[in-house]
Amino acid sequence: MRDRLILGSQLLFTSLVAAFLIVPAILSMLAGITVNYFRGIGSGLTFQWVVAVWDLYAETIARSFLIAVATLVVTLLIGVPAAYAFNVRGGRLARTMEEVITLPLAIPGLAIALALLLTYNGFGDFRRSWLFILTGHVVFTLPFMVRAVMAVLSGIDVKTLDESAASLGAGPWRRFRDVIVPNARPGILAGALAVVTLSLGEFNLTWMLHTPLTKTLPVGLADSYASMRLEIASAYTLVFFLMIIPLLVAMQLLADRSGTRS
Amino acid sequence: MSDSHGVSLRLEACAKTFPGGSRALEPVTLEVARGETVVILGPSGCGKTTLLRIIAGLEAPDAGGAVFFNAVDVTKVPIEQRKVGMVFQSYALFPNMSVAENIGYGLKIRGVARAERTARVEELAKLTGIEGFERRRITQLSGGQRQRVALARAVAVQPSVLLLDEPLTALDAALRERLRGELDRLLRTLEITTIYVTHDQAEAMALGDRIVVMRNGAIAQIGPPREIYFSPQSRFVAEFVGAATILEATIENGTLRLPGGRIKIANGALAGPVTAMVRPEAIGIVPPEHAALCGRVESVSFVGDRQRLVVTGAADRPLVVSVANSIDVKMGERVGLAIEPDAVRLLPGDGR
Repeated sequence: MRDRLILGSQLLFTSLVAAFLIVPAILSMLAGITVNYFRGIGSGLTFQWVVAVWDLYAETIARSFLIAVATLVVTLLIGVPAAYAFNVRGGRLARTMEEVITLPLAIPGLAIALALLLTYNGFGDFRRSWLFILTGHVVFTLPFMVRAVMAVLSGIDVKTLDESAASLGAGPWRRFRDVIVPNARPGILAGALAVVTLSLGEFNLTWMLHTPLTKTLPVGLADSYASMRLEIASAYTLVFFLMIIPLLVAMQLLADRSGTRS
Repeated sequence: MSDSHGVSLRLEACAKTFPGGSRALEPVTLEVARGETVVILGPSGCGKTTLLRIIAGLEAPDAGGAVFFNAVDVTKVPIEQRKVGMVFQSYALFPNMSVAENIGYGLKIRGVARAERTARVEELAKLTGIEGFERRRITQLSGGQRQRVALARAVAVQPSVLLLDEPLTALDAALRERLRGELDRLLRTLEITTIYVTHDQAEAMALGDRIVVMRNGAIAQIGPPREIYFSPQSRFVAEFVGAATILEATIENGTLRLPGGRIKIANGALAGPVTAMVRPEAIGIVPPEHAALCGRVESVSFVGDRQRLVVTGAADRPLVVSVANSIDVKMGERVGLAIEPDAVRLLPGDGR
């Protein structure tokens, strides 16, 4: 009896916390398909705001995905070999480099953005293109990739695996491809998941770096809240959710599958 | 097998100082003949693994040191071009590959065609006793099976030298003994130049054509197992290789004077204070009445095939005696000790 009471109260508490977090999201999404939010749901449901958002922001959404994918590619190309090198080389230099790469985690996004602006303001074309935002995102997300891959590598004695592949005649590139990457897969997938989500949701840095022609999803959201009807902003949130959640679920499934396989 | 199998090996003044300034290896010079099995034996931290890694090409010796394979200087050649076969203590099998893929990896790197590779993997699986496991993943293997896969993978490429770093240490005692026998048979079959690193003196005795005993980064003694065991040149080697009692005594008239009597020694011309070594199994138990050396049994421990006695009063320190399990001795009993003159090995002065 007492156990059931405890279980019941725990369930109630958890449900309340969950509701506290979820209800605003649901309300916001509902607002996005309501004809007139101030008159309430009674005014009827419509997809006109979603269509309006698509018309207004399709390009922003596409750009956001482009930047997320590009960020992923760059962090993979830099982060995985870097993690491998740090792990195999060890020593003070590797540790220092690792700290330097991790530094952006501790520095506010605004400060990083300011530094990038101060440095590259003179390079007009670069400053105005989406590549400028990509740079910011790479700086911000790289530590997540490096850390995730290093965590997995440190658990499998990668140095000895590397040495044994070398003893069998494999050069550095062959060893990286045949032994390091396949065994670092869970870390690479976890890192990729983090990088894509962070890039898609990044606001602080991007808001500082963007131009009217290089907006991303979150910046567009802020823009719509500031300058459009509430219903459009809410419909934007809905679109945001619809785009991101299937992506996250898919990546999570992929990571789980590779985790159980090895 | 083919005569490309195995090289002669020469190390010249190979020392190793690590970046922190610690000296892992004093300058070591060593020659290994083609097809020979040399065991590097020593306690942990004696530099034996560093020496192996220098031969492999995983560490570079300090300036002035050189490594030769068949009289060709390979000091600057990276490990992937040295054509060595290596078995690591942790085996370092690739978890992302099956057993067959692990064994065939070196052949794949060398561009051996698939059909030939499959045939060779099959042959090696048979040789090392893991046939039927080729499709398994590494995580599905026991420790002993992993050890065999690691060995098969290392010899698959017909290496010029086979390097084994404590390959049996991770296994339990019974399995270790069995695999030691198999390993010995395999090394004899392949006739490959082998360097085997271990801290286990029984392994060293059983496998080595010669043993290199190391201590504090330097070679303490090199020689065939019997020579190392029966004629150690220092107190360290005597005590590290097998059990030994070290006696500090004085020679008078061709006998070693001890508190409990005398022992005849082989070299009658010597005189004065010496350090001598006696192996436990070289001491016999005799009736005390006419014995030249007597003592009192302090403890008897029966270990099955032998019994170990500790005898006090005979020498300046307790004497360990290993005798047949059929002899009836009791604690506190007074016994006579018989030691053949040949069994007393005199060690150089300080010896340490």
